[in-house]
Amino acid sequence: MSSSYLSEGRPPGAGYLSGLRLAGRAATRVWLFVVLFLVWWFWSAGSKSLYFPPLSSILKSLWTQWVTGPARAELSSSLEHLLVGYVIAGVLGIGIGALLWSLRYLREATSPYLYFLYVLPAPVLVPAALTLFGIGFTMKVVLIAFAALWPTLLNTLDGMRGVDQVKLDTARVLGVSPVGTVFRVVLPAAAPQIVAGLRNSLQVAIILMVVSEWEASTDGIGYYIVNAQQSFDYVGMWSGIIVLAIIGTVANVLFVAAENRVLHWHYGARAVEGARR
Amino acid sequence: MKGNEMTPEMTPGEVGQESTPVVSLRHVRKVFPGAGGPREALRDVTFDVARGEFACVVGPSGAGKTTLLRTLAGLAQPTSGEALFEGAPLRSVPPGIGVVFQDYGRSLYPWLTVARNVELPLRVRGVQRTERAQRVAAVLASVGLPDAGRSYPWQLSGGMQQRVAIARSLAYRPDLLLMDEPFASVDAQTRFELEDLILRVRQEFGITVVFVTHDIDEAVYLADRVIAISKSPGVVTEIVDITLPRPRDQITTKADPAFAHYREHLLGLVMNR
Repeated sequence: MSSSYLSEGRPPGAGYLSGLRLAGRAATRVWLFVVLFLVWWFWSAGSKSLYFPPLSSILKSLWTQWVTGPARAELSSSLEHLLVGYVIAGVLGIGIGALLWSLRYLREATSPYLYFLYVLPAPVLVPAALTLFGIGFTMKVVLIAFAALWPTLLNTLDGMRGVDQVKLDTARVLGVSPVGTVFRVVLPAAAPQIVAGLRNSLQVAIILMVVSEWEASTDGIGYYIVNAQQSFDYVGMWSGIIVLAIIGTVANVLFVAAENRVLHWHYGARAVEGARR
Repeated sequence: MKGNEMTPEMTPGEVGQESTPVVSLRHVRKVFPGAGGPREALRDVTFDVARGEFACVVGPSGAGKTTLLRTLAGLAQPTSGEALFEGAPLRSVPPGIGVVFQDYGRSLYPWLTVARNVELPLRVRGVQRTERAQRVAAVLASVGLPDAGRSYPWQLSGGMQQRVAIARSLAYRPDLLLMDEPFASVDAQTRFELEDLILRVRQEFGITVVFVTHDIDEAVYLADRVIAISKSPGVVTEIVDITLPRPRDQITTKADPAFAHYREHLLGLVMNR
């Protein structure tokens, strides 16, 4: 933010004030969550409905099933699929994107198919993946990696194609080799867009993690939720859904933290640019 | 050509030392294929730049000045004719050329600190770490930014960013420095400072400079020779020797009656009168 740039001249005590402001900002973000939580808690407190169990029993099941209980195995198995599939998608997405960027003829030949595959809703590939890879680890990882590949790949390609010619000319003049230019100039220059692609891929990967466990599966969070629902264990079903929400949130927080580290220069430059305008 | 006719007040000790020009253009023509038919940016451009010389290329907008500079840098190939650097044809960018682009915001790498930007050409040339650090510190000091190394370029003012770009071009001690309207995006005050900076740095590094500008005052103030080119297609209309005494000074040099004379003459050429 530009405020950090102007902060040198601030009077003493300003830090304390900004601490208060920070607390205020946190409060504005949290209040709705607190209200919704309390509404759910009290509204569902005396519920005898099978489909709408009290929040207290859902939270209890969250603890006994997912933290101390048997569902921990489902959690770790799902996270393993997610991690392996997502890493493969990220590495291949950036790698293939860079390759297509550098090979114009390959790019022009493949680009219609890339978009064709990109718009294909990946969950429909579950039956195909099942027949090709059977049930188990490989099928799930392949499915997650395949679906999550496209946002990163296409964003990498797009970001690299958008690199300013002056930056490339500069690299040539400074004597940077073609390969060096890819790593020292093109990748960092395209990084904001690559990161946007990776974030998109993460969301897709989480969706596919669950979807890949719905059919012909015997483990994972998705399996747990479907199984709980089919055996009328609605408390368990709700706890599984909450676990998914927590996984999504934690993954996003970790992603943003990494993004802020890698792209600090980008946000810094943008803030300065905005302040000058 | 006038390669060796340098007058004594130019760069001390450079006169008559070198017979091969640093760059020469021979009948350079550049045509771009365009949607509305081919466009001729340069037609028959011929001139030499001698070692140690400060040559300014002036011309109106659309005179192919940037094309000319890209050709001199080896970034673009002429459609016909020949571009030579130190006697050898320019097929790609030779290691002995530095370029300062007009738009420092696009040319500096925002993900690298100032020191890392300046260090990059040394790093790719395999210069050892301790020597790199020394040379970066020295060159940043000579452009007047001794303490900016840890900053990012975008944290600096426009004038300071262009100083960083100049430092980066000088870090690897090129023989020839090409500058493409380098001071066009800074305010007038900063511009004068940077003009004096480049004259001082040129003296310090003993470097040959080709400086492209549309500003006639700037060209006359800086140059040993001004190469005037006309509007599309660009042709050399005249090469004018500037014999104003050195060191030059923003106030006294520009008050010199000879300055006004050069200025008037070149303005007439550029405005095609």
